[in-house]
Amino acid sequence: MSTTRTTRGTKQLAATAVAAALGVTALAGCGSSDDSASGSGDTKGSGSKTVTLVSHDSFNASKDVLKAFTQETGYTVKVLKSGDAGAALNQEILTKGSPRGDVFFGVDNTLLSRALDNGLFTPYEAKGIDRVAADSQLDAAKHRVTPIDTGDICINYDKKYFADKKLAPPKTFDDLAKPAYKNLLVTENAATSSPGLGFLLGTVATYGESGYQDYWKKLKNNGVKVVDGWEQAYNEEFSGSAGGKKAKADRPLVVSYASSPPVEVLYAKPQPSEAPTGVATGTCFRQIEFAGLLDGAKNAAGGKALLDFLISKKFQEDMPLNMFVNPVTKDAKLPELFTEFGATVDRPATVAPGAIAKNREQWVQSWSSLVVK
Amino acid sequence: MRLGLMAVPVAFFAVFFAHPVVAIVGRGLKADGAWQFGRIGEVLTRPDILDVLWFTTWQALASTALTLVIALPGAYVFARFDFPGKQVLRAVVTVPFVLPTVVVGTAFLALLGRGGFLDELAGLRLDTTVWAILLAHVFFNYAVVVRTVGGLWSQLDPRQEEAARVLGAGRFAAWRRVTLPALAPAVAAAGLMVFLFTFTSFGVVQILGGPAYSTLEVEIYRQTAQLLDLPTAAVLTLVQFAAVGAILAVHAWTVRRRETALKLVDPAQTSRRPRGTGQWTLLGGVLLTVLVLILLPLGVLVERSLDAPGGYGFGYYRALQSVEASGSTFLVAPLEAIGNSLQYALVATAIALLVGGLAAAALTLPQPRTDSAGGTPLAERLVRGFDALLMLPLGVSAVTVGFGFLITLDKPPLDLRTSWILVPLAQALVGVPFVVRTMLPVLRAVDGRLREAAAVLGASPLRAWREVDLPLVRRAVLVAAGFAFAVSLGEFGATVFIARPDNPTLPVAVARLLGRSGELNYGQAMALSTILMLVCAVSLLLLERIRPDRSGEF
Amino acid sequence: MLTLESATVLFGKRSALDAVDLKVADHEIVCVLGPSGSGKSTLLRVVAGLHPPDGGRVLLDGADQTGVPVHRRGLGLMFQDHQLFPHRDVGANVAFGLRMHGVTRGDQDRRVAELLELVGLPGAERRAVAALSGGEQQRVALARALAPRPKLLMLDEPLGQLDRSLRERLVVELRTLFARLGTTVLAVTHDQGEAFALADRVVVMRDGRIAQAGTPLEVWQRPASAFVARFLGFDNVVDATVTGAAAGTAWGKVPVPDGSPQGPCALLVRPAGVRLGSPEAGLRCTVGARTFRGNHVAVTLHPESGPVLEAECPLRDTPQEGAHVGVTFDASETVVLPAVF
Repeated sequence: MSTTRTTRGTKQLAATAVAAALGVTALAGCGSSDDSASGSGDTKGSGSKTVTLVSHDSFNASKDVLKAFTQETGYTVKVLKSGDAGAALNQEILTKGSPRGDVFFGVDNTLLSRALDNGLFTPYEAKGIDRVAADSQLDAAKHRVTPIDTGDICINYDKKYFADKKLAPPKTFDDLAKPAYKNLLVTENAATSSPGLGFLLGTVATYGESGYQDYWKKLKNNGVKVVDGWEQAYNEEFSGSAGGKKAKADRPLVVSYASSPPVEVLYAKPQPSEAPTGVATGTCFRQIEFAGLLDGAKNAAGGKALLDFLISKKFQEDMPLNMFVNPVTKDAKLPELFTEFGATVDRPATVAPGAIAKNREQWVQSWSSLVVK
Repeated sequence: MRLGLMAVPVAFFAVFFAHPVVAIVGRGLKADGAWQFGRIGEVLTRPDILDVLWFTTWQALASTALTLVIALPGAYVFARFDFPGKQVLRAVVTVPFVLPTVVVGTAFLALLGRGGFLDELAGLRLDTTVWAILLAHVFFNYAVVVRTVGGLWSQLDPRQEEAARVLGAGRFAAWRRVTLPALAPAVAAAGLMVFLFTFTSFGVVQILGGPAYSTLEVEIYRQTAQLLDLPTAAVLTLVQFAAVGAILAVHAWTVRRRETALKLVDPAQTSRRPRGTGQWTLLGGVLLTVLVLILLPLGVLVERSLDAPGGYGFGYYRALQSVEASGSTFLVAPLEAIGNSLQYALVATAIALLVGGLAAAALTLPQPRTDSAGGTPLAERLVRGFDALLMLPLGVSAVTVGFGFLITLDKPPLDLRTSWILVPLAQALVGVPFVVRTMLPVLRAVDGRLREAAAVLGASPLRAWREVDLPLVRRAVLVAAGFAFAVSLGEFGATVFIARPDNPTLPVAVARLLGRSGELNYGQAMALSTILMLVCAVSLLLLERIRPDRSGEF
Repeated sequence: MLTLESATVLFGKRSALDAVDLKVADHEIVCVLGPSGSGKSTLLRVVAGLHPPDGGRVLLDGADQTGVPVHRRGLGLMFQDHQLFPHRDVGANVAFGLRMHGVTRGDQDRRVAELLELVGLPGAERRAVAALSGGEQQRVALARALAPRPKLLMLDEPLGQLDRSLRERLVVELRTLFARLGTTVLAVTHDQGEAFALADRVVVMRDGRIAQAGTPLEVWQRPASAFVARFLGFDNVVDATVTGAAAGTAWGKVPVPDGSPQGPCALLVRPAGVRLGSPEAGLRCTVGARTFRGNHVAVTLHPESGPVLEAECPLRDTPQEGAHVGVTFDASETVVLPAVF
């Protein structure tokens, strides 16, 4: 008797809690039901109508553009984001063979070899790949990945600071080591931050494996400051940003993106006639981001259609203002914001993905012991 | 009976904690089907790893000591004194606890960094020194001590201290000999939590310490999420496990030695207005500490969220309302993130209360004496092991759990990798230890004979628990719920690693905004942080208001 | 009603209950009397089911209670320190057992009112437990235990914490009340006065065994052993050897009642049987402390030989402290007890 009673009591408790949880779940469902990107309803009817794109937290696309894709192909895109670029890729490697989605977007040239060596992707030659600049097609032979966008990691400078001081802003890596720019630069930890790593790779590309350490010694003597992440460098230490102004930041040089000045313009009210920051175009390292069809994708056909779409003119032209990157296709027009306020980087530094994969850890480690410790 | 109650929590931990963590550690230590235990020695002799271990340990010890020293007077003041605005203040000191570290880092830099409060006052800059880390840890964990210790303190009968005074003990001696021993389990519990949090500190160390300081947690994150060096991550995870296990063992030992049945009274009867210069000074000192250490950094956030170009105003807040105004960072308006966060946090709190409540009940249920001598000690040992197990999620990196989910929850019926429920489940994992830790000291202090009285009057063991223990610990339950809710609300680590459709929580939204340049983005991040702060404060305040009524029928 | 068959409880190697046999009849009030540690509280806990016996059985109305959990035994137990639920008011405390037994709300309220009336606290339903005096708590605890009409009401040191005058008044009240309600009661106390005033039958316990059982008068008049005698407060107990109608003791020859067993024994002399006379006659003693006891004075006597004696003197005839007196003994007030080994 006593046990039956007890069990009933326990069940009641559990049932109450579950009911409470379910009630909340229903609420949660309501909250996100108008989210066009999620197509869970469709999934149940016929699985092939949803194509799942797995990406990092920075992925973004306009609703209209995703709707257009659905109209053209009948597929609804479900987007899953998890972590930054490195974490998102590593999660894919862990779930290789049983992926959470069909297409992965967001592996860049610094991580490309890791993805390819792990056999993450099924080869597919996307329609219209011929419109993509050749120097972006790093896997042109096998088409395991498709280039989607490029971005440049460059030194940004605070225009007001240099105007006030009547000092010319730096243009090249060499300039940064000059006494005139002593104690002005803040960069990110190459071990934990993607722009930090890009900047380090830029110096490796420029000075070679034998010379980059000497260069960093000079930078260190010239008072370079290293913080852990971009958010902190840009928002706390860089005197040209909104946060930096409030925090009375005193570093007018920061490692950021070539697209940062247009973004400053876009997110200012009222919109200024000129960007508050500039780009030192001789200090850039080019990042190329790729997408690929995941090995073991449940909806391979949908995934292929999505890859085609990612390099379509429509998506390529929508992309810059959503992710602040440059299109890879030649026919895509840059938005006015970019042409008016952005900088043109003619000869960005690059390092071959294979060399990055092979030496990255060693470069970062010697950099750490040189600069951080 | 007891084992039956434990079934739910045990299953929960097995599926959502033990299995994922074991799987990811196994993946790291196993190569070609053979265990590679040699890796342990290799990793542990690397000088950089040894540096990390040393720094992790001593900063955690220092932070814990500092937090206890600063927060114990606060616990006393909140437990024993009545003053206007007490409830609001108690909710406010808990706010730091739920703020994402990115935001807290910003706020703290404003206090300790260049042009900050201390800089302007005394020309002192503490950012990138270890002091910044320690003080930020106090900022984060102040509430842990005030709530855990203060909760019990307010229910201790002050007459026991008075008895000691009459017997000739000085004010401090009476406190040390009577109150402190009674509080010891709660102080130990709070100290343990603070130690765990600071030992596994991640964001604070990254932002305030700069790249020169690295804790074990930071290193595990780097090895797993950035380098995918699973063997090294596995070794470090094991080290962290061992350290946390050792701490828990020490804790369990001290608590068992000191546990006594306490005489608990209604907290309303124990607090009164401060009397005399000494008490007013104490109250003033505590309020000043709270002001400088907690309100000031929070105030900076509010100030920055209102400091729009063209003068103070709500421009950034208005920008949050629509997708268009916010630029296009979000597919949904940032304001919807509040709804998302609240829903996730409610589900997580429900799960944490269910799992943690059942676990705490199982741990405190009177052990029915069986006539077989062999069964009881084993069961007893199981129960104790379980007690420790419940705390382990606090000592394991979010990235380890998150990545573990990926490789274990991939088959039906538990193919949850892309389900929204994974977010509250991961949040509840962190919430459960709070529920258990907050409820256990109070539950254990309930006089067992009250249960016997109920049993003789016809109440079954479960009924007796519901009728006697539950009403007596309802306050503790509310405190626990508040904690679980707040923790879920501000949880960032696990959430960010779990693939989720596009309904960001508040901390995720803040992180996204801060990840973009542009004045409007920064302003909106501050506005959203302020909202997160207010949502949390209001939620906690509401919980404080729901006082158990005296007659206690339910 | 209640039967214990060689109930045994072991705490480690020590037995708290050692094969105890006990019967309580319907409507009977039995008081278990013993010093602390004699096992009397354990006895109650075994009957209530709060402690499983290591041997023997508990039967209620002839039914074996082995395996029956506490809450299904239908007993009432009033705890030593009442154990009122601090988070409930008086009414909710009294109603607790009724609620557990599924009594309807209206019936609960009526029964609670009735019981509070019975224990002399009418209308106290909404009062907070913490605001009650000791005596009031006592009454509430009693009402709470009585409310579900238990088969057997057990009282653990029911009046232990109350002051003397209140205790004496309450004992009488309780006895009257139980007689009126026909309640079967098993009480436990260390206070012999309380036990004798309350009980139909007294059970004296020692080291987990029953030392003596009987009506209060029987136990009072004929303690079964030196232990019982001393526990009842009689200190005039000495080793003795009975030869004929007198016993040889450290105090010299003491007359014993006719028919007393011969040979070694322990001898009890009630204080009333210690007669004081002139120092020339009988055992010569010096008068020590005198304690006023209402209708008589208890006098401590230091004999020339042998242990201290206690005597009962009328108020008028009490000698001065330090005076010398001669003591003689009254055979009708002496009791021959089994020898203490």
